[in-house]
Amino acid sequence: MRVAEAWRVALDALRANRLRSALTMLGVIIGVASVVLLVAIGTGTKQKVEQQVEGLGSNLLLVVPGKLDVGTAPVVSPLDLKDVDAVSRVVGDPGRVAVTIASGATARAGTRSDFTTVQGVLETTPAVFTRSLARGRYLTGADVDTSRRVAVLGASVARALFPDRDPLGQQVTLAGVRFRVIGVFTPLGQSLGVDRDDEVHIPVTAAQRLWGTQRIDGIAVKAPDRERIDQLGDRIVAELSRRHPDTEFSAVTQQQILGVLGDILGVLTGVLAAIAGISLLVGGVGVSNIMLVSVRERTREIGLRKAVGARPRDIGVQFLLEAVLLTSIGGLTGMALGVGTALLVDAVSPIPAAITWWSLALAFGVSAAVGIVFGVVPAQRAGRLDPVVALRAE
Amino acid sequence: MTVAAIEAVDVSRTYELDGVSVPALRGVSLTIGQGEYVAVIGPSGSGKSTLMHLLGGLDRPTGGRLVIGGRDVATLTAPELATLRNETIGFVFQAFHLLPRTSAVDNVALPLVYRGVGARQRRERAAAMLGRVGLGHRLGHRPNQLSGGEQQRVAIARALVTDPAVLLADEPTGNLDSATGEAVLELLERLNVESGVALVMVTHDPEVAARARRRVAVRDGLIRSDTVHDRPLSGGDGRPETLDAAPSAEPRSASGSGPGHPSGGSGGATGATGRLPRAGGTGGPGGPGGAG
Ligand SMILES: Nc1ncnc2c1ncn2[C@@H]1O[C@H](COP(=O)(O)OP(=O)(O)O)[C@@H](O)[C@H]1O
Ligand SMILES: [Mg+2]
Repeated sequence: MRVAEAWRVALDALRANRLRSALTMLGVIIGVASVVLLVAIGTGTKQKVEQQVEGLGSNLLLVVPGKLDVGTAPVVSPLDLKDVDAVSRVVGDPGRVAVTIASGATARAGTRSDFTTVQGVLETTPAVFTRSLARGRYLTGADVDTSRRVAVLGASVARALFPDRDPLGQQVTLAGVRFRVIGVFTPLGQSLGVDRDDEVHIPVTAAQRLWGTQRIDGIAVKAPDRERIDQLGDRIVAELSRRHPDTEFSAVTQQQILGVLGDILGVLTGVLAAIAGISLLVGGVGVSNIMLVSVRERTREIGLRKAVGARPRDIGVQFLLEAVLLTSIGGLTGMALGVGTALLVDAVSPIPAAITWWSLALAFGVSAAVGIVFGVVPAQRAGRLDPVVALRAE
Repeated sequence: MTVAAIEAVDVSRTYELDGVSVPALRGVSLTIGQGEYVAVIGPSGSGKSTLMHLLGGLDRPTGGRLVIGGRDVATLTAPELATLRNETIGFVFQAFHLLPRTSAVDNVALPLVYRGVGARQRRERAAAMLGRVGLGHRLGHRPNQLSGGEQQRVAIARALVTDPAVLLADEPTGNLDSATGEAVLELLERLNVESGVALVMVTHDPEVAARARRRVAVRDGLIRSDTVHDRPLSGGDGRPETLDAAPSAEPRSASGSGPGHPSGGSGGATGATGRLPRAGGTGGPGGPGGAG
């Protein structure tokens, strides 16, 4: 029997049992769709996080007390603004150095209030972190130097406090102290379920006064070029260690952060894919089961085909192709369903999803392979049937 | 005409059922000549179907020698035997065995699929064959849209579409009423004459067997008689001869099996049942015919 003929026979058999074929495929469809969808979500999340870390600005160096390691306890920062000056001298350009001291606080305006993150910063922040304003202006050096009570609102805070008013020039109360709104950030959106527009920037000096401290949490430096970024980090850490011999400091680059995040999200994606793979396997067992039923049900057909000249191989190939067709068609359908769902999830939910060609190729390849693996036993059984016994079967 | 279509020499077939040996055939010798018309008659369970399956290469003997189309079955692999079936044998079964949900043409074309004939040519040949069995107007019908007689005609067309040397029919009228059965028998006989295909028809009905010139009576896995009759066909007139060849009438089993029959078979030890010399060699006038 010719190969094309064998495909046709297998296709006819599936068509003759439409409902059963569809139900059998369902297992494979769900399996493949979930592989595609979950891998898309994993990949999408990873891409988005990477995008956001990169979006922080290029050649960024974050300097924090303590070791940057998963599971280490946060260290109380010994840093203050004099350390910032020292770092600026190491860097050679104060415009490349940003700081932060952050705390949660309730922001009030009139009768409205919003719990948000208040960040004490230098006027350098937009340059270092590549932030832009939708309205008004950012903090100036003078604002910082004079601890002026001015604030720049994140888009969410602005919306929460001033839903129907222009926030510019309005008063907000942070921890009981009144600040004047001078600017509103361009929205950043969400990442990993965190609203990145839920923040208020005030001069670091005003923040220190507000919370009664001389400390800052950390320093960020925008390195002049990528090549010497590690070297610069080492020099900054050395300088800070000299100034605070009791404390350990770390300088991490975006690449290192991306590496760590990428590893975590890669594992997450793998776990999701494995879970989905199990459902694909279950689908394969279903195919095997149905093929065995099909062989039993069509025993007389097998006997007849053998009587008119089908060789054992012809019969085996017919049933194997049937199984492969079942899983391949199911695989293609599942791929379409998975891609469609992923696009939908990406469009209407905050969960990002990105389709990758390898997940499609893998899902389809695996489903076809599942057909072969789980089709072999029923096919062999069919091929070996004794025609006389098969013809006598009821 | 020189080479027998099928030759069985002392063929036996024993089934193993849960360690118990069930001898279905116990040493049968039989030669089917080209174009012959042979009725195989015997009571239920006598081994007729087993014999037919062996003659058609659907099963292998557990003893003896079986040659189909000049090839010794014992020397053939399973695929070779399948190809031999495809090329030289056509089967017609009591239960029709048509593929459901498949049109008459495609059912008839099925053997050609395994011969590697292209789709279009297959359909043409199948349609032509259906025309020959009087179903040229039923090409696209599925089995469940056809009467029993029509279904059996489709099965006959399927058996003959490969132009085989031998047509093996196992109780072809068993599932049909007498009028329809009669028409099917007439069709088989006409095709036997027209195309020269040897016709071996298994039946338990003496009246059906009486239509054939040569009648082989099987009982308990042995051939009890193998006789040639001068007056084949016709319904009522062949009555005495019918009884002659039918071992189903119990008192006649040993003694009454045809004139001049040498071995009675009451002992049955020899196995090789005596054969009558056959006048003319073949039953049908069709001669060698178009055996492919
Ligand atoms: N597959 C089998 N296994 C065991 N015994 C069988 C098998 N097929 C047939 N037989 C036995 O062989 C004998 C002959 O059967 P069969 O050839 O079908 O007879 P008939 O066709 O004359 O009715 C019966 O006794 C039957 O029970
Ligand atoms: Mg029988």
